[in-house]
Amino acid sequence: MAFTATEYKKGQPRWCPGCGDHFFLASLHKAMAEIGTEPWNTAVISGIGCSSRLPHYMATYGMNTIHGRAAAIATGCKVANPDLTVWQISGDGDGLAIGGNHFIHANRRNINLNIVLLNNRIYGLTKGQYSPTSPRGFVSKSSPYGTVEEPFYPAELCFGARGHFFARTVATDGAHTVEMLKAANAHKGTSVTEVLQNCVIFNDGTHASVYNKEGRAKNAIYLEHGKPMLFGENLEYGIMQEGFGLKVVKIGENGITENDVLVHDAHCADNTLHTKLALMGNGDGFPVALGVIRDVEAPTYDDAVTAQIEEVKAAKKYHNFAELLETNDIWTVK
Amino acid sequence: MNGILQCRTLFIYNTTHNQNIMTDKLEIKEVADIVVRFSGDSGDGMQLAGNIFSTVSATVGNGISTFPDYPADIRAPQGSLTGVSGFQVHIGEGEVYTPGDLCDVLVAMNAAALKTQYKYAKPQATIIIDTDSFGKKDLDKAQFLTEDYLGEMGIDPDRVIACPITTMVKDCLADSGMDNKAMLKCRNMFALGLVCWLFSRDLDLVANFLREKFAKKPAIAEANINVIQAGYDYGHNTHSNATNVYRIETKEKVPGRYMDITGNKATAYGFIAAAEKAGLKLYLGSYPITPATDVLHELAKHKSLGVTTVQCEDEIAGCASAIGASFAGALAVTSTSGPGLCLKSEAMNLAVTMELPLVILDVQRGGPATGLPTKSEQTDLLQALFGRNGESPMPVIAATSPTDCFYAAYDAAKMALEHMTPVILLTDAYIANGSGAFKLPDLNAMEGINPPYVPEGLKGEWTPYMRAENGTRYWAVPGREGFTHILGGLEKDDKTGAISTDPENHHLMTIKRQAKIDNINVPDLEVIGDTEDAELLIVGFGSTYGHLHAAMDEMRAKGKKVAMAQFRYINPLPKNTAEVLMKYPKVVVAEQNMGQLAGYLRMKVDGFVPAQYNQVKGQPFIVNELVEAFEKL
Repeated sequence: MAFTATEYKKGQPRWCPGCGDHFFLASLHKAMAEIGTEPWNTAVISGIGCSSRLPHYMATYGMNTIHGRAAAIATGCKVANPDLTVWQISGDGDGLAIGGNHFIHANRRNINLNIVLLNNRIYGLTKGQYSPTSPRGFVSKSSPYGTVEEPFYPAELCFGARGHFFARTVATDGAHTVEMLKAANAHKGTSVTEVLQNCVIFNDGTHASVYNKEGRAKNAIYLEHGKPMLFGENLEYGIMQEGFGLKVVKIGENGITENDVLVHDAHCADNTLHTKLALMGNGDGFPVALGVIRDVEAPTYDDAVTAQIEEVKAAKKYHNFAELLETNDIWTVK
Repeated sequence: MNGILQCRTLFIYNTTHNQNIMTDKLEIKEVADIVVRFSGDSGDGMQLAGNIFSTVSATVGNGISTFPDYPADIRAPQGSLTGVSGFQVHIGEGEVYTPGDLCDVLVAMNAAALKTQYKYAKPQATIIIDTDSFGKKDLDKAQFLTEDYLGEMGIDPDRVIACPITTMVKDCLADSGMDNKAMLKCRNMFALGLVCWLFSRDLDLVANFLREKFAKKPAIAEANINVIQAGYDYGHNTHSNATNVYRIETKEKVPGRYMDITGNKATAYGFIAAAEKAGLKLYLGSYPITPATDVLHELAKHKSLGVTTVQCEDEIAGCASAIGASFAGALAVTSTSGPGLCLKSEAMNLAVTMELPLVILDVQRGGPATGLPTKSEQTDLLQALFGRNGESPMPVIAATSPTDCFYAAYDAAKMALEHMTPVILLTDAYIANGSGAFKLPDLNAMEGINPPYVPEGLKGEWTPYMRAENGTRYWAVPGREGFTHILGGLEKDDKTGAISTDPENHHLMTIKRQAKIDNINVPDLEVIGDTEDAELLIVGFGSTYGHLHAAMDEMRAKGKKVAMAQFRYINPLPKNTAEVLMKYPKVVVAEQNMGQLAGYLRMKVDGFVPAQYNQVKGQPFIVNELVEAFEKL
């Protein structure tokens, strides 16, 4: 049975004109149609925030729950019914501040769950406070003199929690977003897809260097498994390893050829280079890494729960309540 | 409770005899009930000894009730005062309602146990001690000042069965090939043997029990049986320090098959039974917390019944994941104690507004904050009723005994599933850890559980807040075509289910959520005792049932006109609540908090002004104290 993007669509979004959420929503509808899971076997679960309104615009099953708890609610949903395809939509505040604990533990457990992190580095719904991904010194309503704290990098949290899938895309790059969502869904286990997006009202331009096509050509690198790490308008730059770190090189300079640059290995179990790639930033002279940065197979929690139940069912002799009672020390009063 | 009274008159110890005199003129006296408290180090196996004693007694048809009193320290130093754990067993010729106030026999396996547990002994109680554990070091650890420990405690030596238990156990097992450590583990069985002799218990029953329990380790079973026999023989041969041994006959037998069950285990069984009856997967989202963790332990064991337990990252996730599981169509439960209930409140409220079934088990403990983690209180009642933002009606059920935990858990699950609402089940450390004889239930005979699944015929016109006749929202479980929908924490339009901030709609939805809970049918409040002409009505809720019942029985035996009514359903209240509360000239509300139920009832029943009995000590009520207080009213 095939579905069109429209069959996943519902209602009229209420986000501000130009908000990255609009772009992402369209990509999600498209990706779901291409994935093809029936809308009634799909659950989209969010917390609270601008981006968490998203389930209201899905013709699937959904819950727009409470702040920060989407990952925990999605976990119970998936474990109770592993046949459902479960998506979790979170913002940077919802997912990484109040929901930080659930985010890391979902990754650690490796529930087969697609977490989408819509990162605009700001609290939009409460009208403009800094978030855990806002850069140090960020000026906002709640930090009029600039923040004095370091931001999280979502990939680092994901990997620190032993996460197995991390992809990054830009909301305005619809085709790439669709590809990332499909890859995330194809991955068995918790996937984290970070979507860089703009908040036109409270944090305009936060991802400006990569937000349009021209910017991305210069300032981003599209990583693909098995492909050399080349970027630039004419793919004239590459990434090489140097000591414990990475460096940007120009192809043709100092005798460097395409063969010298790193070839991306998303399936490498060791996450060291994945972390380095994910942390690259324009401020340090690096391109922003987009694409599937890490995609490593591992046993999933929901599969393991089901398998253990089957295993114990086969090993134990009691399978219903009446039989359970009989496993106790019983006496008879006549 | 006639038992207590008869006990006083019949269970008389002769304190004039001399120690260790052999006599063939030992009398067997009949008593109505008896309380034995086993105490020792946490590792001394006191609970096992107590359990065997209670089970063997139950096998012959005696009523039983047990209560463990364990220390908050994980493993305090051996022989120290803080490391003592106790296990109290109450057996009677008929039904017993409590584990008993004070014990008739105290087993103290070391000096620290005697020091800390003697306060739980009746003045005339028999004390059994292991003299091998009363050396200088042991006495120092127990903070005795001299070697005359009995003198220091003011204990009449004539009441003490002083026996070198450790030495005798080692002698008994000398040829067993067991190492020293393994032999010492059998000390509890020697004490048990002595107690069995004292109460004329049939050792064959004990032996059978042990052979079944240690079916896979027959050598251990036989070693234990030998030690029990040695303890029994020691009592018999020396007649120890008692001129009487005692018999407890059995009255009011209810034929059937029984098991011993703690409240926590019964609660877990109730959820399992409800899930099976409803044809649903049972999901528990939980986080370890004393004294509720045993429910998680119990349910985690039963994967062969398809039970899914997730030990979550925190209390919030325990509740949140259960809500996810409920949405996905499971019977969802989250278990906790007071501090965890605080953390779950926001998510519980989400379940209120999404109108999803969920059972929140709160095994109450002493508060506030971390409070007294291993002790019992009823101090979460108002939090359960009102501890959430907004208008948040939620049913509250309080279990009345360890075995009632089974039925209360079943009822809570049934109510949640049939009325699409979170339900709070209140138990507490006392009934959760205490145990009673549980007549095996027949699931086929229990009431059915029928959730209001959305009828297929409503496809196309159904919206999430469309209600059945009784005001309950329909349940559309993901996977069903034609019923995709969104739920959430934001207020929804009554008709379309879309987000709505319309003032009239919010008012309407608030009223509908309230009415849905108010309309739940709960059984009438039952009055027992002198229902027609009582001068005093004793009112309580939940776990105090046994103590209040015993207090009423004692007052009635003295000729007072007394009745009692115990609330099991607290929200909604039984329909006859006002009628019952206003019927009697005097009413006392007795509870283990500062008056939470009394205040709630005053709010709900116009003109109701009860007397109050409030105690917050972390310990169960003491029947004598209740009687004394009630007589002054």
